[in-house]
Amino acid sequence: MAMIRGFFILLVFQLVGEVVARGLALPAPGPVIGLALLVVALALFRRWRPFDEEALAASDLGHAARGLLAALPLLFVPAGVGVVQYLGLLRDQGLALAAALVVSTVATLIATVGVFLLVKRLVGGWEKA
Amino acid sequence: MTPFRLWVYLQTTPLFWLTATLAAFLVADALARAAHRHPLVNPVAIAIALLGALLKLAGTDYRTYFNGAQFVHFMLGPATVALGVPIYTNLALVKRNFLPLVASLLVGAVVAITAAVLVAKGLGAPRTVLIALAPKSITAGVAMAVTEGLGGPAPLTGVLVIATGILGAVIVTPLMNMLGVTDYAARGFAVGLASHGIGTARAFAVDPVAGVFAGLAMGLNAIVTPAVIPALLPWLIG
Repeated sequence: MAMIRGFFILLVFQLVGEVVARGLALPAPGPVIGLALLVVALALFRRWRPFDEEALAASDLGHAARGLLAALPLLFVPAGVGVVQYLGLLRDQGLALAAALVVSTVATLIATVGVFLLVKRLVGGWEKA
Repeated sequence: MTPFRLWVYLQTTPLFWLTATLAAFLVADALARAAHRHPLVNPVAIAIALLGALLKLAGTDYRTYFNGAQFVHFMLGPATVALGVPIYTNLALVKRNFLPLVASLLVGAVVAITAAVLVAKGLGAPRTVLIALAPKSITAGVAMAVTEGLGGPAPLTGVLVIATGILGAVIVTPLMNMLGVTDYAARGFAVGLASHGIGTARAFAVDPVAGVFAGLAMGLNAIVTPAVIPALLPWLIG
């Protein structure tokens, strides 16, 4: 039952996330709202009944989450196989698409990590001053 | 039943393609492990190539394949929620990095959209392809909904999303090592933002803190990018 209970908790949060996202017409997707609600729920639950990191990891939820995240790469395979529908387009637009993806991915990685480290240094400087 | 008729029957059942999806992934993951998780040996890319080849050989269309594989695809939702557990466990670290996180989120999201659309436009890609390209850094389901909302080809966005994910997962480790970035929170956040769940999977394989920040970036970018695109895209496409 442990696995079922853990998976049930995840599904309930996704379902509530879906309802909140659609009900309030939020731009964020259901699973992302579910993720946020799960973090909030864990914080509230800890105030009510204190638990430590180990207890969370050993809980039904902890087991289910770890099992699912270990399988994360697999979950993208079915959508990726969709590429077989676009082999013609890839032949025609392959160069433009490849260049766009490579340039933007490298630029995004550098911009994100650069701003992250820059702001972290600035904040660290303020805190020390 | 002759072996041929059995095969004809099997390749239309969800069971066969679900099993094939797991088999392809197990083979791909064994290869990645044998290569000591070298970034170039990406298990997602290998599994997709194996299954794509199998579909071609069997003459099976994607719809039939997805009938079986949808059970795996469905788990993306609960897996996204599951990221809440490691994020909660590292909440103190997240709070300590709050400002860098917000600033790099906004800059990164805009750079991802702008660079992709401008490069493809410069190389003469048509308007529908530019629309499909814009949300490629965010998680598949949301990206496809964004494209659909703009009247673009959503399935193409799905493919571009996966390609971006694999690309980021392959590039991030050598790129960050070359830049000398040793802060795993920053490295993880960058790859989660640029390459959603596939980048996050890669980050978890490299370092647990990187994995947490990647998951966080993926979740936050799934909120920021759909909000930014309607304002940014008309201006980029012209």
